[in-house]
Amino acid sequence: MRWQIPLLIVFIGGVFMAVQYFVPLEFSERIYEYCVDWIIIVGVFAMGLGLWSLFRVSVSKIQTKAPAWKYNFLTLAGLFSMILLGLFSGIEEGKAFMKLFWYIYTPIQASMFALLAFYVASAAYRAFRARTLVATILLLTAVVIMLRLIPLGSVSGLNQNVASWILTVPNMAAKRAIAMGIGLGGIATALKVVLGIERSYMGKD
Amino acid sequence: MKNKFVIRNKVLPIFLLLFSFFLFGLHTSSAQEMGIPVAAPISSAEVPAPPMNVAAKDAPNDNGHAIIVKWKLSADDGAGNKNVLSYEIWRSDNPDTGFVLRGLVPAGTSQYLDRGARDKEDKNYFPSHKNFYYIIRARSDGSYSESTVSAPAYAYGQWIHTGKLSILFTTALFTFFVVLFINWAKKGKKLYVRPIAGIDAIDEAIGRATEMGRPILYILGLGSAGELGTIASLTILNRVAKKTAEYQTPLLVPVADPVVLTVAQEAVKAGYYEAGRPDAYKEDSVWYITSMQFAYVSAVNGLMLRERTATNIYMGVFYAESLLLAETGNVAGSIQISGTDQVAQIPFFVAATDYTLIGEELYAASAYLGKEPLLLGAIKAQDWGKILIMISLILGVLAASFHLDFIVNLFRIKL
Repeated sequence: MRWQIPLLIVFIGGVFMAVQYFVPLEFSERIYEYCVDWIIIVGVFAMGLGLWSLFRVSVSKIQTKAPAWKYNFLTLAGLFSMILLGLFSGIEEGKAFMKLFWYIYTPIQASMFALLAFYVASAAYRAFRARTLVATILLLTAVVIMLRLIPLGSVSGLNQNVASWILTVPNMAAKRAIAMGIGLGGIATALKVVLGIERSYMGKD
Repeated sequence: MKNKFVIRNKVLPIFLLLFSFFLFGLHTSSAQEMGIPVAAPISSAEVPAPPMNVAAKDAPNDNGHAIIVKWKLSADDGAGNKNVLSYEIWRSDNPDTGFVLRGLVPAGTSQYLDRGARDKEDKNYFPSHKNFYYIIRARSDGSYSESTVSAPAYAYGQWIHTGKLSILFTTALFTFFVVLFINWAKKGKKLYVRPIAGIDAIDEAIGRATEMGRPILYILGLGSAGELGTIASLTILNRVAKKTAEYQTPLLVPVADPVVLTVAQEAVKAGYYEAGRPDAYKEDSVWYITSMQFAYVSAVNGLMLRERTATNIYMGVFYAESLLLAETGNVAGSIQISGTDQVAQIPFFVAATDYTLIGEELYAASAYLGKEPLLLGAIKAQDWGKILIMISLILGVLAASFHLDFIVNLFRIKL
């Protein structure tokens, strides 16, 4: 029964979700929304487990003096200060919680995102080295696509047309082919889970 | 005398007439400025011809809270006096009285979807199975004309969305293939599936990590547990955990979603059990970091650089963090294998990692790694599905080239 009940829930849930997509009736919508509400409820409870996991791993690293264990103090300090400030001083604009969010967390996050520009440059440098015929085609294509953003006088019109053709014909065809494969793969994976063929996510005792 | 006569009989009347116009203009402009509606002069010439043939019927493929109203345009809409500016849609549950304005559409429009809310508490509640009557009012600048009252119509929900029938049919056909090939596999029929370099490399990468005595880092991405990419990644994680347990190589799985955390812990635990090494499983090898995208990236990047992981496996749903992670892994000198169903992120992974599973290969990977015939059956079905898509595309292109739209219409989806 320990296996049959979860598998039955997955089967009923999976079949219902597939069927409700084709049934626009009100009760179908209401059950769907009810299920989605449950996802939120499960997510909220799971957040507790997540925080406990983070706390336990951080404490364990501090206790065992794992490499760079001092950073775990910062992690725990950040975790508890935000929780306590949120609980006791509120999360309204202007409160300490929101100040920490706007003036510490947001700039740090923006900085991380900004690093992406440099990573793109270094990845492009490696990817565009013309060592093989295919890599050379990739390089030339990339040059044409990048140059479309730069005014090049009389050449601009031609370059725009070539770049537009690359984006709307071969590029679009490849993207759609990948998307179709993803669609089929998604249905196959969903079927494997719903039919109980794939059950590795359920764990073992 | 002559001058007096001119002033009295010609100039004065003209002056008085102009002055009265001035006063009238002053009155109307100041009234308009004050927001007081001013009755526009109505003359019979300005009243547009009324809309005709108003017909209301239930809106198709919905939950039963909408009616679609159609009418024949006023004769003065784009023709005749050309003075129709808009149409107002009025509704009542009584054909004689109680009409309320439901919507406004510009001239040239001959239908309106009167959609309301489903819940009784909502102000815009639209009851099902209740008769409603409609009037369409053609408006010109300051005047209007009304159609006759429509026949009653009521809204009701449909049992099947006919606009999605092509999806239903295709899904049913593909499901048939999956079940068919799984049954063949069950009966012991050998199924050939083409090799995928990225999947073969996973074994190699685990072996490399074992030789180097360094851990393997497995990233599930930022997807939730409900996303198929994450589910596929969890099944791959199970296979990877089984192999790392066999080789006794440490496995690190930092997670960005608390629900995924619990499932990932179970998947890794199952892998260790299947390898016959449940004692080697450490619960802390799968842990939660944060759900915030770039905070997660910084934590994982730090982990890569500190632990010098031998192998990094990125499988699942990735967004802008894909390149940040993969480039850092490259700097750390790790062998990297990636796979995602996010089309926009595939080029980044191709550029920055050693092997990439593109799109559907991510879904096939767990079956390849497990080498279980039942799971391989689904891959075979995918291949057949692709063959059918290719045939449909070729037929569709040929038919469209000869202006035969029936194949295109066969696949058209009306949401």
